[in-house]
Amino acid sequence: MSIDQATVRHIARLARIRVSDEEARQFEGELSSILTWVEQLEAVDTNDVEPMTSVIEVDMKQRRDEVTDGGMPDKVVANAPERENHFFLVPKVVE
Amino acid sequence: MTNLTKLTLSDARDGLRGKDFSAVELAQAHIDAIGQAGQLNAFVTETPDIALEMAARSDERIARGEAGPLEGVPLGIKDLFCTKDTLTTASSHILDGFVPAYESTVTANLWRDGAVMLGKTNCDEFAMGSSNETSYYGPVINPWRRASDGAQLVPGGSSGGSASAVAARLCLAATATDTGGSIRQPGALTGLVGLKPTYGRCSRWGIVAFASSLDQAGPLTRSVRDAAIMLTSMAGHDAKDTTSVDLPVPDYEAALTGDIRGMRIGIPKEYRIDGMPAEIDALWQQGISWLQDAGAEVRDITLPHTQYALPAYYIVAPAEASSNLARYDGVRYGLRVPGDDITDMYENTRAAGFGAEVKRRILIGTYVLSAGYYDAYYIKAQKVRTLIKRDFEQAFEDVDLILTPTTPNAAFAPGEITDPVTMYLNDIFTVTVNMAGLPGISVPAGLSSDGLPLGLQLIGKAFDEETLFRGAGVLEEAAGFDAEPDVWWA
Repeated sequence: MSIDQATVRHIARLARIRVSDEEARQFEGELSSILTWVEQLEAVDTNDVEPMTSVIEVDMKQRRDEVTDGGMPDKVVANAPERENHFFLVPKVVE
Repeated sequence: MTNLTKLTLSDARDGLRGKDFSAVELAQAHIDAIGQAGQLNAFVTETPDIALEMAARSDERIARGEAGPLEGVPLGIKDLFCTKDTLTTASSHILDGFVPAYESTVTANLWRDGAVMLGKTNCDEFAMGSSNETSYYGPVINPWRRASDGAQLVPGGSSGGSASAVAARLCLAATATDTGGSIRQPGALTGLVGLKPTYGRCSRWGIVAFASSLDQAGPLTRSVRDAAIMLTSMAGHDAKDTTSVDLPVPDYEAALTGDIRGMRIGIPKEYRIDGMPAEIDALWQQGISWLQDAGAEVRDITLPHTQYALPAYYIVAPAEASSNLARYDGVRYGLRVPGDDITDMYENTRAAGFGAEVKRRILIGTYVLSAGYYDAYYIKAQKVRTLIKRDFEQAFEDVDLILTPTTPNAAFAPGEITDPVTMYLNDIFTVTVNMAGLPGISVPAGLSSDGLPLGLQLIGKAFDEETLFRGAGVLEEAAGFDAEPDVWWA
């Protein structure tokens, strides 16, 4: 499956990664060759095969729904590039 | 005094307990070795002060007779493991300045048992690569060089810094992670033992996530015994990772009996691929003979869906990566590049913060998960994965272990492989094991015609690392691999 530069730009937008014109050209070729290569899976008969959901056979563990940790807002925001008190700062979202 | 950096982990452990040398002396010897090995670029962050402080406490515990299983043993830690109060980067620009407020469970287990941290090792960015060339902090150089032209080579990847550091005697062992071969492939390319445990054996909590259904932590070491000692400490149930299994952790070192008489070893015909170098095939045949000579019974087996493992992996892994890496948005940690509005800020941050290979995989993952393509790519790949696992389950009805080469080639030069798909093919023999969640180990087995290490891989049944170690120990003994790289970097 080949994809064009418009598709590259569309998925880059979905992934929130800005791409330059040069990158869009390069990714067009690289992503097309990867997608063409994975197409060989079409040759595998997967009728009546369940998609894998867990690679090891274990029952999903359950736990009590209770607070076990917290009370450390200083640590939570410590790595934020921009913060004020105990808030993360972002560009204005709501007009 | 003996050269302390030449010791295996098990010898160093015994020497510390016997008070032949102190943990501080052992740490200092490795700090000195790291100081001379800047050319290898094996570390992103060196932590000599932390190492000496931890070693001093180890010496106190040894003096009090309270030594843990890894007391005073200096390790390298792949920079994918979060370490409390120590910079953790995943070798990515986007994690600039990230200092975790918490410790990964695996490293916490190692410190609990007395180990000493020398620093954080370089790796491919977010563990995405097979040559350690995608690191924001530059490529790692393999201590091994080609005999013919002396060219500098890659150590493999993604755990390339861990591999180079252990192979160059900069640490006694290192932690690593393996999503498609990232422990075993660099292990093979640097003459080390590399173990990927069964999925769920080690907690993934606090390890920077790449592809969560495939990621697993394991050790890179200079002997099978050292790998067994490391896993015994690293493994264990953790309530903070729902996929970590609640099974007792055996004393893996005790599994090294050296006796594999009657063990059934499977040889999968699908691993004899077109264009495989004759010396790789010859080494594989040699490995079969070694195991037979030790009393194992060799059987031909079939794993019919082998060829589909790698293309299925390159749907599943990027899909999971695109989801996991959505968290890097310039808000809570790491790099932030301003923009006109919040979307602009996200796009600028992620454009500047991710390297080309990481972007490729996020874009592929986004594409295969997008509306209209989800069934055709992602569900299809997960169905193929079911078939790959079924192949192994059927094979393991008749055999105890499976023997294959670890890689289709020896170490290559930086820049030698530029096509992404060609690079992906380096994991052709290792990726099946991740897709099926099984344990696999690479053991150094010989040298190529150009004087470079080559590895053989054993694959075991889920949660049967003991049999895996027993087989690997016999393979190691038979191979008698004792070659070392010339110390050209110091």
